[in-house]
Formats: sequence, structure tokens, C-alpha cells
Amino acid sequence: MIARQRLVVIGAGMASGRMLEQLFQAGFDGEVTLFNAEPRGNYNRLMLSPVLSGEKTYEQIVTHDADWYAAHGVDCRFGEAVVKIEREDRVVYSNAGGVPYDALVIATGSAPFMIPVSGRDLPGVVTYRDLEDTNAMIAASAPGSKAVVIGGGLLGLEAAAAMAARGAEVTVIHLMGHLMERQLDPAAGYLLQKDLEARGIRIHCKGATKAILGNGKVEAVLLEDGTIYDADLVCMAVGIRPETRLANDAHLEVGRGITVDDQLRTSDPAIFALGECVEHDDQLFGLVAPLYDQAKVLAATLMGQDAAFQPVQTATKLKVTGVDLFSAGNFADAPGREDIVFRDPGRGVYKRLILEGERLIGAVLYGDTADGSWFFDLIKQGRDVSDMRDTLIFGPAFAGGVTANPLAAVAALPPEAEICGCNGVCKGKIITAIEGGATTLDAVRSATKASASCGTCTGLVEQVMALTLGDGFTANANPPMCKCTDHTHEDVRRLIKSMGLKSIPAVMQELGWKTVGGCASCRPALNYYLIADWPTEYTDDRQSRLVNERNHGNIQKDGTYSVVPRMWGGVTSPAELRAIADAADRYNVPMVKVTGGQRIDLLGVKKEDLPAIWSDLNAAGMVSGHAYAKGLRTVKTCVGTEFCRFGTQDSTGLGIKLEKLLWGSWTPAKVKLGVSGCPRNCAEATCKDIGVVCVDSGYEISVAGAAGMDVKETEFLCKAATEAEVMEIIAAFTQLYRENARYLHRIYKWVAKVGLDWCRAQVEDPATRRALHDRFLISQSVYQTDPWAEHAATPAEWAPIADLTLRAAE
Amino acid sequence: MTTFIDIAALEDIPRQGARVVKTPAGCIAIFRTADDQLFALEDRCPHKGGPLSEGIVHGTSVTCPLHGWVFDMTTGQAQGADEGAVRTFPMRHEGGRVLLDSDFMARRSAA
Repeated sequence: MIARQRLVVIGAGMASGRMLEQLFQAGFDGEVTLFNAEPRGNYNRLMLSPVLSGEKTYEQIVTHDADWYAAHGVDCRFGEAVVKIEREDRVVYSNAGGVPYDALVIATGSAPFMIPVSGRDLPGVVTYRDLEDTNAMIAASAPGSKAVVIGGGLLGLEAAAAMAARGAEVTVIHLMGHLMERQLDPAAGYLLQKDLEARGIRIHCKGATKAILGNGKVEAVLLEDGTIYDADLVCMAVGIRPETRLANDAHLEVGRGITVDDQLRTSDPAIFALGECVEHDDQLFGLVAPLYDQAKVLAATLMGQDAAFQPVQTATKLKVTGVDLFSAGNFADAPGREDIVFRDPGRGVYKRLILEGERLIGAVLYGDTADGSWFFDLIKQGRDVSDMRDTLIFGPAFAGGVTANPLAAVAALPPEAEICGCNGVCKGKIITAIEGGATTLDAVRSATKASASCGTCTGLVEQVMALTLGDGFTANANPPMCKCTDHTHEDVRRLIKSMGLKSIPAVMQELGWKTVGGCASCRPALNYYLIADWPTEYTDDRQSRLVNERNHGNIQKDGTYSVVPRMWGGVTSPAELRAIADAADRYNVPMVKVTGGQRIDLLGVKKEDLPAIWSDLNAAGMVSGHAYAKGLRTVKTCVGTEFCRFGTQDSTGLGIKLEKLLWGSWTPAKVKLGVSGCPRNCAEATCKDIGVVCVDSGYEISVAGAAGMDVKETEFLCKAATEAEVMEIIAAFTQLYRENARYLHRIYKWVAKVGLDWCRAQVEDPATRRALHDRFLISQSVYQTDPWAEHAATPAEWAPIADLTLRAAE
Repeated sequence: MTTFIDIAALEDIPRQGARVVKTPAGCIAIFRTADDQLFALEDRCPHKGGPLSEGIVHGTSVTCPLHGWVFDMTTGQAQGADEGAVRTFPMRHEGGRVLLDSDFMARRSAA
């Protein structure tokens, strides 16, 4: 009888675990002895980050438990470190004794690299490699504690995000100019940094660690530039190196790792190696996919089958919840390489494809990685992508689609066709201007005024330009805010937050404004962004407000103003109506009109009379209706269950509550609500920015309607069971809009950009919804004030500063 | 001889803002820039009569609140594709007081 083959494996990690699985599946019937220095068997090391962040437990990430080893007759020597390999006699020794082998597999993995700075031996300095490290970090990352992670690569960032999720104050120190420089290009690294910073993680790039400070335990980290970060824990995650000490001692051939051939055989034919400890064809391996390939090849080799290891391209994903990034292949700049780049700064999306000749060789995706695997396949296949290059970046959904010519319709227009309705500019005039040298949108606007007013024809004007200029014109899909800057609105919003810019001069300085004091387009936008982002720190700049908001009334064509008191939910009283009538008489108001928003408009009031009329209306208990504001306007209601025989809920009462919650808030553009008591929808809620339709079982909330320049029905957001829930959802949704939309974009335009699904995900997640709702209330604590009461106190400021008509008459 | 009339204290006019002076020749807007330069312009846009005093002041320009015409306050000329101008008036500030040339009124009455 032939003796059973004796297989000894050193190291119970993911690679050797997979190898054993493959071996047993293939019917291996030899004796297996498995040594592991860690006192446990194989677990999914990739899932340590979720364990660290608390999203998983160790038990959930165990791959092979004791039963599995027992079932396959594996002699487990866990916690027993191998000290020597005796090649002559084919025996492996631990401190407990020797085990003979016919075949030996070295799978010792890698060891974290420690940078040789003073203080690295202090208690409290850990690496991020195994469960012990993970547990040390869990113990140290109590809320309020301070942790410093050295190394902004994959592992370091996972550790940082996980500790931050546990409440620790985390700082990441990274030597290079941007995070994950091996997997990401600078643009994606920047987006990642901003996302992590938004989670409260401090990032210090270009930071070289000089020393770890502490007396008896770690206390701080000192950088070469003199910066000191306090630390209760320091995690060193600057890299790994193959663990080759046993192989070295056994005089196997070792380069950076243990040298193996295509069959994973070392320089000794009876000894094999796999995993992070090996070097194959001058290459080291750190990601799991090639290790699994090695496991498959080695299992076949041990079974006496033919197999050869061929390293393939690998792709990277960061395992931080909510951070979506993907990188694969090669993305360094090099001659002969071309990029296709897609950016949507508003959504934080960045996609870059790298082509060499007709082949895709690399991809970096951030914010939207849905197409990652498709790109990865194309990279691996190395196939010619020239036929789908035009739409490649949009992923498989567009691959090979019909390439309709979007310019055809505009090309067919006659020269006298009107393009810009506001300024009455026809196609011929635009073409004349372009042929006269106006080759940019701004130049066309200056020359013709086309698209210079409401801007809705910008796309058409750009198409005329594309037709006239041919390849000489590239439409700027997301143009800069205004002529004062090259940044888009979205960029500016992000930079205000990420750079902590808290005044208009700070924004203009830090973002390189090209004009002194901006212009009438960017100043109101900046003022709004600062109000929305820093409600308690920034002070509203009245001089950066458009006239209506500065004077709290709609300016009319003759320079007079309209005065609209708030009528909560459209409900008024005889006393209020008397006060309004008295005011109209007293100030000779030329027209009193009922508005579309269920209130009363006093039109034609002179500026100097505003403080007095406001004061009178205040005295009757009324406040400004903000009928002029990029803010909450009205909440239109029907009578609901109080009076209506069809009403299902108290729509009037809910409307009043919503108006009392939302009034006074500034928003990117005006916000109008409607609450209907039944699906008959008398309050026309389904063409409002936010609409509520009451039904027997609760409340249906829909958003993104429009009934102005565009007419659009709302889209269903979600259903709520109680009034309280409706209020929380609407406050959260409003805050989401306030924090993310571009100035002057109504909700329907913003939702079209970011997608309703994204909005819904934000308000449906209880924690996110609550946080948005709370931020809204913080803002309201500052801004829910009546501007009439404030300005009625200083009537002199509203009158002419001097009257020389009397002097001249003397 | 030029006669200057004391109009107001400098701090009565907001930075990057304006106040209006009523005169027999119509309203005049007194603008104050971020760096305390003062300009006096006819408070009536040549386009549709908008009150320039209610416009946003940026640098030494002002944008009309009604339809966005931009005027260079140093010359009164409309900028960009728009053609037109508003009258400007000499003025100065001295010891924290804002002074306006009164001659325009005389000229106006002589006319």
C-alpha cells in the first residue's frame, strides 16, 4: 500500500485556505498539517474593516471553522509558530516538535512595514493586519479618543473610516500629494479626500512622519513640517512586505518575496509557496484575486495536474461604506495614451478611462462605479473599442447604441427662427455674431444678448455655435458660475464646504475670482451658499442680495413694491382683512389683488412707505409673506376634513403646520407647497415644488413639480403615516435641496440632475433624514425671523437721504 | 465757482450700496464702493427707467435691478452689448461728509 502523501502548510490565511478547499474538492486524500502563528484558523481578512467599524463581528467573517477542519481531517496547529524548515530531511519544526512532509506549502503572507522613526515601539502604536490589531483599534476608538493613521492607502483609509465610524477623532497622514496614489489619479483622490473629510476625518497629505511622541505610551505624532497631532492610538499602515524569514533561513531563493515559478514551486521542488509572500515574474501580490488564482493553480499542481499561474489585471475597491470608488489597470500619463473624462461635480462623480491605441487599459471611477466590472472586462480582454469610443464612458447601456445627430433639428431651422425668446434673437443674428468672431457663449451673449436673460435657450445657442463652428466649438455642459470665475456652481459649493470658506471675500480670494467684488450674478449665489452652509457663523450680506430680497418686496416696473402679508395655509380672519384694508387706504395702494398662493397682494407701495405699512400689518399680527424670496413662499391648502365631505385628513391644519415650520428659510430658488385633503387635489399639490396629497391611510409626498416656465407633474417621493412624519420628511428634503442645489435652480431642475432615487435614499435613511432635519432646524433658529419687524424699526434708511427739491424751491 | 452741498455722513451710505437724493432734476443715486469711493449717478436706467440705486454694486460698476444692464460708474456708460449712458455728477467726501456739486441744479434751471 502506498503511503498517503504528507502535506504541510505554513500559514492559515486566505490564499492557503482557498488552496485547501480546491484540493479537497479535487479529491485529495493525503494528510494535511496546518500551522498558523495566529491562534485561529482562516478568516476573511478583507472583512476586518467592517469588523473594525462595527458593521460585522469576527464570527461573521470566519471562513473555515473548527468543524470544517475536522471534517477534512486537517491537523491544526494554531498558535504554533514554525521556527525552522529542515529541507534535507523534509521536516518542519515548531517549538513543539517536528512534522515530516512530502510537499510543503509556505503561505506566510506579509508583515506590515514599520517606518523607522523614534517612538514606533511605544504602546499604542499598532499595525493593521490581523484580528489582534483590529481589537486594539476597537478598544482605542471610543468616542472622543484621538487616533492617527499613518498611510493614506487602501488599508490606512479603511482603518481611518472604521475608527471614525466608532466615534474616534481620526487624522490620516499621507506622504504623497493625494490619497491612494497607486490606485487613484489626483482628481479621484481629491474627491475621496473631500468625502472622508465630510465624515470628520482630518487628512494631511504631503505629511512626512518625523517621530512618534509619548512617555510610556503614545501621545502624539510629530511631522517633518512641525505639525503635531495628539494621538491615543497610532496605526501604521504604510505598506506591507512579504514575510520571507523562514524561506530565507532555509536558503530558498528569495528576491523581494519567495521566488516561485508558474506552478508556484520554489527553488526546492518539494516546497511551494503562494500568497502575499511570493514573488512571481518580478511581481508581488497584495490583492485577493490573483491569490485565489494562485490557490487554484497550486491545488492542481499538488494533484499532479498541469496548471500555470498567469497574473491578470486586478481591480480595486475601497471597503468604506458609502464611498464608491473603483480603479483598474494602468492610469499613469504616458505618451500615446488618451483619456476620456466625465465629471459631474454636483453628484461628486468622476470617471476616467485610459486608452492606448484602440484598447482600454485603465479606468478610475469615483462616485458611480456601477460600470466598473464592464470596463474591467474590456481591459482584461484587451479588445478594440474604437467602434464604441464615443459612448464608452457611459457604460454598457450606451455601447453600440444609435448615434442620433442631436444637431439635426437646429440645423433645419431657418435663419429667421427665434432662438432667444426673452431678447428676441433669431438664429441668423447668432450666426452673424459667431462669424464676426464671437466664438464663446459669453461672446455670443455680449454680442446678441441671446440666452443672456432666463438662460433656458443656452443649449440651443450652443447648438447653433456647434453647427457654425464645427469642431472648433466644444460645448461647456457645465459652464462656470459667471465671468468672474472658472469654477462651476457645484465646484464652488463643494469648495466652500471643504475649504471652510465663510465669507464672500474669502471665497473670492481662495478660489481666484477674476473680478473685484464679483458681479450681480455671483454675489447673490455666494451669499446664499454661505447662508446655507454656515447658518450660525456667516452673517447675511444685504448688499449681495438682489433688490427684492434686500427690500423685502417685489420691485415693480415703476420702482414701487408689493406687500404681501403671510396667511398661514391661506386662512385669514375678519380682523386681518380689516387691517389689510386699512393699510391699503392709508398708503393709497393702487391695486389690491388676490394671489395664486392664497393671499392678498398690495401692489404699488412706495419704498419710503414700506416700513410704515409693515409696522401697521405687524401690529395686526401679520408677518412678511416672503412673496419676493428665494425661499419658502406659500403652502396652498384645501379645506380638508374640517369642512369638506371628501376630505381624508386635516389638510388645512397640516398646511399651516408646514408653513410655520418652513417659513423664513432661504432656498436656492422659490419653494411652493400644496396640501390637498384627498386625491381630488383641489390645492393643486401635484404641480408644486413639494406636494402632499392626503389619503385614508396617510399622506403621499411628491416633489419636483413645476407650473411656471416649465409645467411638470410632481414625482412620488414617499408615503408617511403621520403628520409628524410628513413634517420631518419635508424639512429633511428641503434641507437636502438647500445644501446641494445650484442657486436659482428650482427643485425640479435640481432633482433632474441628482436623480429622485438619490433624494429618496437620503430621506428614507432614518439617520440621514434626522441629521438633515436637525440641520434645517439649526438654520431656522437663526433665519426664521420677520424681516418686516426688523426693518420697520429704521424707517429713515428707506427714505431719500436728502431732499434738495425744497432747497431749490427757496 | 463750484458749490458743494453737504448731503449726508459717509456712514449713512452702506458699502457696496447706495442712497437716493431727491432733486428738482430727478433722483440722484449716491453709490459707495467696497473701498469707499463715491459716485453720483442719475437714478434712472436709460433702458426702462429702473432705479440704479437698488442695483448690486460690484467694483466700480452697478447692475440695474430690473433687467441687468451694467454701468461703469466712473463714466456712466452702459457695458457690454447694451448702448446707453446715465448722467454722472461731481461729488467728493471730506471729513466723513458726502458733498454733491450743486451746479447741476443751476444748469438745470437755466436750461
